[in-house]
Amino acid sequence: MLATQLPALQIIVPMLSAPLCVLLRSGRAAWLLAALASWASLGIAAALLARVLDVGAISYAVGGWPPPWGIELAIDPLNAFVLLIVTGIAAVVICAAPQSIAREIPAEKAGLYYSAYLLCLTALLGITLTGDAFNVFVFLEISSLSSYALIAMGRDRRALVASFQYLIMGTIGATFILISIGLLYMLTGTLNMADLLQRLPPLADNRVMQAAFAFFTVGVALKVALFPLHYWLPNAYAFAPSIATAFLAATATKVSLYVLLRFYYGVFGADFSFAAMPLSEILLPLSLAAILIASIVAAFQRDVKRLLAYSSVAQIGYMTLGVALASASGLTAAIVHLFNHALIKSALFLALAGVVYRLGSTHIEQMAGLGKRMPWTFGAFVLGGLSLIGVPLTAGFVSKWYLVLAALEKGWWWLALLLGLSSLIAVIYVWRVVEAAWFREPQADDAGRIEAREAPLSILLPTWLLVAANFYFGIDTTLSVGVASEAAQMLLGGGR
Amino acid sequence: MIEHFNYWMVFALMMTGLYMVVARGNLVKKIIGLNIFQSSVFLLFISMGKVAGGTAPIVVDGIANTATRYSNPLPHVLILTAIVVGIATTALGLALVVRIREAYGSIEEDEIHRQDLPAPAAARPAASQRRGRA
Repeated sequence: MLATQLPALQIIVPMLSAPLCVLLRSGRAAWLLAALASWASLGIAAALLARVLDVGAISYAVGGWPPPWGIELAIDPLNAFVLLIVTGIAAVVICAAPQSIAREIPAEKAGLYYSAYLLCLTALLGITLTGDAFNVFVFLEISSLSSYALIAMGRDRRALVASFQYLIMGTIGATFILISIGLLYMLTGTLNMADLLQRLPPLADNRVMQAAFAFFTVGVALKVALFPLHYWLPNAYAFAPSIATAFLAATATKVSLYVLLRFYYGVFGADFSFAAMPLSEILLPLSLAAILIASIVAAFQRDVKRLLAYSSVAQIGYMTLGVALASASGLTAAIVHLFNHALIKSALFLALAGVVYRLGSTHIEQMAGLGKRMPWTFGAFVLGGLSLIGVPLTAGFVSKWYLVLAALEKGWWWLALLLGLSSLIAVIYVWRVVEAAWFREPQADDAGRIEAREAPLSILLPTWLLVAANFYFGIDTTLSVGVASEAAQMLLGGGR
Repeated sequence: MIEHFNYWMVFALMMTGLYMVVARGNLVKKIIGLNIFQSSVFLLFISMGKVAGGTAPIVVDGIANTATRYSNPLPHVLILTAIVVGIATTALGLALVVRIREAYGSIEEDEIHRQDLPAPAAARPAASQRRGRA
């Protein structure tokens, strides 16, 4: 009985915990509840993935209304995999939260923080689970609204402006997606994705469908932070509380990328998206621009959080590049990188949360000489950085390897060279932090120097857990690449 | 032309709203622009649900039902949800504006950016030295 209700529980558990967190008042109790809800979600996601791999796609009719009339929760290898990433990151990151939050957010707001965190988790899971196009929009807005609140809780007043900017851009993006969904409903009279996929292909020459496609592409590009629509991302990530950054950087854009994949393959259909519409021709140059330009911009940042945020824009470029290649291997590379990048960025941002805990800043100059004082924190950062660069035996290498293979499969050796070049730029920006932390003497007038001890264990342990995951998935790829290639086959085989 | 009047208005409003968001520096005006933009989409959905000559799709037992055509209620229900989302966004946006005003003493975008410019520069010892010499 319970097993059949798992898809609904995946959303309901964090959703009902969120208002309880507000009622609990005490930050400690709210954290405990949020942690329990996150770990329960992880358990549910793991059970769902196991079931999907075992018995195939699951369909759940919300409220007992059968699809296509009612809202359907449809689970297949792709979204079960994304669910696992999102809940996994949420569960690990929440363990690091209490001390970091106590340092960065006033105690009376801690309960509200956890409630926004859980709402954001709920919505991300909802976007991933649902098989209903309009439901995607609603959950997308819930996730956005809660992440605006999370970002605005940053200590710096610039967090407010960053959050406002994100609100404007995010709302425009979501409304564009809404327009697209409206036009599709106008054409077909249905909102169910599987139903849409059946009804849309005969309409490929219809201009309304092409307009819907264009609106969706722009809207989702804003949400994914695809270059040049990434303007909101660096500030939002740089000024949000460290824990919120670690969570959002690893999950929010990934789920948006999932929406992109789901709509292009599962609603518009691969034939329309890649053959009738010039999607590859649009995504390819933009992805390359993201990879190269954002990497170069990252190399010039003075704030390490901002540096990593720009690097995120570049990494999103890798994923959309995999999509643009429009082949099974390219798609696998995109999905694998979605998984691996979540691990990389959450590890790096959590390490930074440790730095913020001691220093109160992520400014690169203030990190001078800290490598010797905080060896575990900076050690985690360096190992995470290696994975970001794509050194063999790390998760980052695996995704770049598949991306290069996909490029060579098309005979695009220049693309493989550009990917190598972008890794070199990543070496530069990671090295800047290493150089500051280990090879510079601490500044004499450094105010943060007094407190520069190792970060507390509650932050270090989750960080190292994620670093270990980076190496584990760099060596044993049966889970990541195995499920990703199955998901890619499923997408290419006609949506769900 | 005239039978598509609603859709022309939708796109006129949509562009007006978007233009306001982009061109206005005042944060409250940006929010208003965003509202106009969202409203245009609400209008789009509601227009598509209207069936010419159709009436409200309400059927009650015991009351004689004479209508033969009904409007499609689904888009209207969808938009009810979207309106709630829009209100939540507006409320959050305005709350942020209030806090921005508290923190900066201004709700003009240029002024806010100007206030933030010296802050990162002052944090850099090298930059402040350079300014000191100048």
